[in-house]
Amino acid sequence: SKTRDGFVSQLESLFRSYDKINEELYEDLEEILIQADVGVQTTMKLVDDIKEKAREEKIKDPNKLINILQDDILEMLNQTEEDDEQPTILMVVGVNGAGKTTTIGKIAQRAKQDDKDVLLAAGDTFRAAAIEQLEAWANKVGTEVISHQEGADSAAVAYDAVQSAKSKETDLLIVDTAGRLHTQSNLMDELEKVKRVIEKESGPMKVEVLLVLDATTGQNAVSQAKLFDEAVDVDGIALTKLDGTAKGGVVIAIREELGIPIRLIGVGEDLEDLQDFEPESFVDALFDF
Amino acid sequence: MIFEGLAEKLQDTFDKLKGKGKLSEKDVKSALREVKLALLEADVNFKVVKNFISKVEERAVGKEVLDSLTPGQQVIKIVNEELTDLMGGAQSKVEYASDPPTVIMLTGLQGAGKTTTAGKLAKKFIKDGKDPLLVAADVYRPAAIKQLQVLGERLDQPVFSMGDKQDPVDITKAAISRAESNGNDVVILDTAGRLHIDEELMDELSQIKAAVVPDEILLVVDSMTGQDAVNVADKFDDTLGIDGVVLTKLDGDARGGAALSISSVTGKPIKFAGVGEKLEDLEPFHPDRMASRILGMGDVLSLIEKA
Ligand SMILES: Nc1nc2c(ncn2[C@@H]2O[C@H](COP(=O)(O)OP(=O)(O)OP(=O)(O)O)[C@@H](O)[C@H]2O)c(=O)[nH]1
Ligand SMILES: Nc1nc2c(ncn2[C@@H]2O[C@H](COP(=O)(O)OP(=O)(O)OP(=O)(O)O)[C@@H](O)[C@H]2O)c(=O)[nH]1
Ligand SMILES: [Mg+2]
Ligand SMILES: [Mg+2]
Repeated sequence: SKTRDGFVSQLESLFRSYDKINEELYEDLEEILIQADVGVQTTMKLVDDIKEKAREEKIKDPNKLINILQDDILEMLNQTEEDDEQPTILMVVGVNGAGKTTTIGKIAQRAKQDDKDVLLAAGDTFRAAAIEQLEAWANKVGTEVISHQEGADSAAVAYDAVQSAKSKETDLLIVDTAGRLHTQSNLMDELEKVKRVIEKESGPMKVEVLLVLDATTGQNAVSQAKLFDEAVDVDGIALTKLDGTAKGGVVIAIREELGIPIRLIGVGEDLEDLQDFEPESFVDALFDF
Repeated sequence: MIFEGLAEKLQDTFDKLKGKGKLSEKDVKSALREVKLALLEADVNFKVVKNFISKVEERAVGKEVLDSLTPGQQVIKIVNEELTDLMGGAQSKVEYASDPPTVIMLTGLQGAGKTTTAGKLAKKFIKDGKDPLLVAADVYRPAAIKQLQVLGERLDQPVFSMGDKQDPVDITKAAISRAESNGNDVVILDTAGRLHIDEELMDELSQIKAAVVPDEILLVVDSMTGQDAVNVADKFDDTLGIDGVVLTKLDGDARGGAALSISSVTGKPIKFAGVGEKLEDLEPFHPDRMASRILGMGDVLSLIEKA
């Protein structure tokens, strides 16, 4: 179970097998963190920190370490509130197959349920049937899609969509983009251009960039976040595919190093499988093997 | 960057030790710690790293290394050899069935690159003088069928589909009959992405396997996958008995530790590497190059030769 109790009992059972704090206990802890994709550096940092606190506060009971670890991670993930009252243009970016288009469908569904007017833009003009895929989601949700033909200029689609959103006074315009590896500089340039066009035309609308990361991804996600952030200034992250067995621990390093907040999580392939990111449950699940 | 890190760190470690004359067992162990960290940073699974390091340690504290004039290079060489070995020899081949059609089934997690790989393989088979039939057996993902049809059009090759209202088992059975009557000598089944823990959908794959008896079941894996790669590969292999792996998205900067994790849990060869979104972006898999990539050492060999 991915509950707070689950967290305590899982870790407790590990800690209970130790009657005192020793090096092996710390190694076990390291192992759990690494296996959750937290990464070597962040793991070392966390473990060093609890070692130091255990020393300073003269902690003898292994169970006390649980709270320290939990608090440390929560502090790293510290969340900020976001206000979404202003009409918004949300540009969705990420590497190939991360879950961008599906997440857009889910966000649109949620906004609709909140009685918002939603418009989608089929900015992926590259991948085979990407436009049809977005249209299929739009049909299910009951929203409109602005699209050009396959192969068209993505910035031109964005331009048209923003004009349309402004004239219709849409609450939320979501712009899909083609998946691209963060190392492909020509494609990253193209993405920058799309954002420039959106910003120039946005008028009264607020512009935000959502980076979609696949929770199955390991340490490469740090590089993804860094390069997408450099190119288009990422405002938040959606972490998808958390319904599998991957933990997505790499987002801790991303939040800490780059300061990008995690906003949403994807927990399935259907429209309703979207949740707000909650640090507590995320940390619980991290240790729930 | 971390990328060049290991080679430098190892060189440093060994340079420091040089003055001391012969290496001790302890020296080798501290060098292997650097290797261990590099492997973890490359996303090789924790348990796989543990086993690997203890295996290498056994060899590396042997006489031949400790007595060597260039122990540093010897250790690197052993690490490299063991890594390459684990990932198997070069086996980028699909065996054509003696009684056509050769049936190939692509499986894997959501978004790994199955549909794209189906198109890439079709292109490769056409080059080999074959006439492949692409089969749209993903009835779940919106526009999955259309995606395969677009690829089929680009290749000017037929795509078999029965829409998204039929059972994938029936679709694949019908596809084989179609291939037989059409004279297609290769059949490529594109299945829907699924989680390894989704029992219902894993069972669907078993049923397809039982119904059409594929000659080759390939697991398509994203090279950016982290620690979970072992769980995924283990489960797909357990359920289906995979014949090989296709590692995709290697055109990025992922170190690709998943390659090592998968090879060591399944013992199955990685057959192809996906290196781009275009249909020609499929390459044979080279275990030796992958080893250097995972270690983050561009030119392990030249480092050894410098000895
Ligand atoms: N299990 C699971 N699957 C998901 C989730 N989000 C997306 N997917 C699946 O992941 C696959 C890829 O999703 P897409 O939305 O097409 O990803 P994308 O980033 O738009 O892909 P490209 O446009 O090709 O770069 C699809 O099969 C989705 O159904 C999730 O939260 N959980
Ligand atoms: N850069 C790069 N992108 C790739 C590669 N292989 C596939 N892709 C991209 O990855 C994304 C997902 O590929 P698909 O072929 O749709 O993946 P899939 O496994 O069929 O996805 P589902 O059917 O949703 O499970 C697409 O954007 C592809 O263009 C590769 O080797 N390199
Ligand atoms: Mg998409
Ligand atoms: Mg597919």
